[in-house]
Amino acid sequence: MCWRLRKLMTRQNLVLTTLLAPVTLFLGVFFLLPLVIIGLFSILSPGLYGGVEWSFYHWNYGRIFGWADGIDEIFEPIYLQILLRSLGFAAMTVVLSLLLCYPVAFWVSRLSPKTRLFFLFLVTLPFFSSLVVRLYAWLLILKPSGLLNSALMGIGVISQPLEILYTPAAVVLGMVYIMVPFMFLPLYSAVDNLDRALIEASMDLGANRIQTFFKVILPQTLPGIMGGAVIVFIPSVGNFIVPDLLGGARGLMIGNLVEQQFLSARNWPFGAALSMIIMSVVLLVLLSSLGRAKKAGV
Amino acid sequence: MASLEIRAARRHFVTPEGGRVAALDGIDLTVGANEFVTLLGPSGCGKTTLLRAISGFEALDSGSIRLDGTDLAALPPFKRPVNTVFQSYALFSHMSVARNVGYALEVRGVDRKAREAAVESALAKVGLTGMGGRRPNQLSGGQRQRVALARSIVAEPRLLLLDEPLSALDRNLRQQMQIELKTLQSRLGIAFVFVTHDQEEALTMSDRIVVMRAGRIEQIGTPREIYRHPRTRFVAEFIGETNLFHATVDRIEGAQALARTAQGVEMLLPATGLRRGQAVTAVLRPADFSLADQGIAGRVTRAVYLGSDLQLYVQPDAGGEEIRVTARDGANAPATGAAVHLSYAPEAAHVLEAA
Repeated sequence: MCWRLRKLMTRQNLVLTTLLAPVTLFLGVFFLLPLVIIGLFSILSPGLYGGVEWSFYHWNYGRIFGWADGIDEIFEPIYLQILLRSLGFAAMTVVLSLLLCYPVAFWVSRLSPKTRLFFLFLVTLPFFSSLVVRLYAWLLILKPSGLLNSALMGIGVISQPLEILYTPAAVVLGMVYIMVPFMFLPLYSAVDNLDRALIEASMDLGANRIQTFFKVILPQTLPGIMGGAVIVFIPSVGNFIVPDLLGGARGLMIGNLVEQQFLSARNWPFGAALSMIIMSVVLLVLLSSLGRAKKAGV
Repeated sequence: MASLEIRAARRHFVTPEGGRVAALDGIDLTVGANEFVTLLGPSGCGKTTLLRAISGFEALDSGSIRLDGTDLAALPPFKRPVNTVFQSYALFSHMSVARNVGYALEVRGVDRKAREAAVESALAKVGLTGMGGRRPNQLSGGQRQRVALARSIVAEPRLLLLDEPLSALDRNLRQQMQIELKTLQSRLGIAFVFVTHDQEEALTMSDRIVVMRAGRIEQIGTPREIYRHPRTRFVAEFIGETNLFHATVDRIEGAQALARTAQGVEMLLPATGLRRGQAVTAVLRPADFSLADQGIAGRVTRAVYLGSDLQLYVQPDAGGEEIRVTARDGANAPATGAAVHLSYAPEAAHVLEAA
C-alpha cells in the first residue's frame, strides 16, 4: 500500500515536473534573471558612456532618498515628487475607470446572452490595433485645434480652446482609456456572478436600494473591484507611453524617468534604482490591499 | 381574523416566442393570521409567482393583495411586513451568521444591544445557539437553512413566505425540518405561506393546502380533504398514489351505487349525488384495497418491496388499467403471478366532482 502510494506520488511528481518545466525555465530566464540584473545594477556605479562599473555604489538611491554626497551626486526631491505624482495618476486612473466600468458591468450583465457577447467583443476591440496609433488619435482629438475643441467651440460651449493636451488631465484620460478593458473584465465577471437572490433577500429584509448596494452588492463584488484595481494600478504606475505622448513637463511620470536614464542619460544604475523603487512601492500597495481585503473577509 | 387577502390576482408573462402565459389567472385566497398554508403544484403552476407577488418582487396585472386590511400594491419589498426564506437560502457570505440574522434589524437602525439580544433569541429558536460567530460557508446545508429561517423571523414579520426551502436537504433532514417548521410556526403565531411541489411535504405541515395548476387554484382544503376528497382528477393524481376508475352508474340501492367500468368490473360507490346512467370517475388509494376471498379478481403482475409494505400491481381479469394496492409484507404475501381478489369499503371510494 505504502509502496504503491509512493510510486503513485513519484509518478505524479514526474508529470508535474514535466508540465511545469517549460514555464519555470521561461520565467527563470526572462523574468527572474533580468530582475536580479536590475537589482544588481542599482547598486553599481554608472559607466561613463552607459553600462556599469563593477564597484558598489549606494548613491543611486541616495540621490532619490536624500543621502547623496552633494559632490558627485546631488539629492533632488523631484524624483520622489515624480514618484508620488505617478502613484497619484495611477490611483486616479483606478478610481475613474472603476466609476466608469461599474455601472456598465451591471448593465451588460442584464443584457440577453447574445447582446452581452457582442458587448464583450466590443470591449476587447481596442486590442486589435496598436496602442501608439490609438494614443496619437487622442492627440488629434485633444489638441487645441482638435476634434474636441472645435466641437465644443462649434456648439458655443467655449470661446477659447481648452488646454487639455500636455496636462496631467490628458495623461489620466489616456491611461483611463487604455485601462478600461482591464478594469471592465474582472468587474464584469464579479457582477455577473453576483447572486440576484442576495439582492432580493436584502430588500426583503427591509434594506432600501442604497443600503442594499453598500451592504450587499459592493462587498459581494469587492473581489472583482480589487482585481480590477490591482490590474489597472500596477501598469499605470510605471506607464511611460501615455505621458510621453499626451503629457507635457507637468505630466512626466516615473516611467519616463526610467526610460530617460537608460536611453538618453545613459545612467543605467540610476535607472535601475528607480525601477527597483517602482517595484517595491507597487509590491507594498499590493500587499497592503490584499491584507485589507483578507481582513474584510473577501 | 383574516390576515392575508388575495383577490382576483392576475399576472401574465410574455414568452420569448411572443406568446402570453398566464402565471396567475384569477387567484382568490385568504390566509388566516395564524395559519400554515401551502401552495402546491407542479413547476410552472404559478405558485412561486404568487409568492413573489406577496413579497413584492412581482407586480400584479390586476387584483389586490391586502395584509391586515392594508393594500400592499404601493409598497416596495423593503416596506412590506413580510419576510421570505429563499430556496437557495441567499445568505450573505461576507457576513457572520450573527450579522446575517441581525440584518433586518441593522438596516432598520436598531441599536447594537437590542440587535444582539434579538439575534440570540432567533438563533435559539432554530437551534443554532452559539453559532453566531461562524461564516455561512462553514455551516452544513441544514444549518444554513436554519440561519435563513432565523434571519427571516428576527424582525417579527406578520407573514413568513417560504419558497421551497427544504428542497436542497436530504430526506431525513427534510422530514425533521418539516416538523420543526410546523412547531416554529405555531410558536411564533404568525402565518406561513409555504411553496412546494412535494405533496408529502404539503400533507405533513399544512393547515390548508392550495393546489395550483396553470395559474388557477384547483382546490383549497385541509390535507385530509385534499387527499380523501380531491375535487378533480388533477388533484387526485398529484396528491399521493391514485387508482382512477371510469364507470357508469348501473343502479342505486340505498346509500350505495353500483357502477360498472367499460371492461365490466363491478364497483360499489357511495350514492350521494349520483343518478342512474351517470358517467363517474372514482378514486381509490392503494391502501383502500385489501386482499380478500371475493371482490375484483385479478393477477399480480409486479410486487415491489417497500420495507414493511408491499406495493402490488394487479391486472384485473376483466381488463382495464392495473390497480396499485398496498399490502402488508409477510409470509403469505402474494408473489408475482398470484391470483388475488381485491375488496374495499364502498365509503372509502371517492367520486370526483369534475373529471
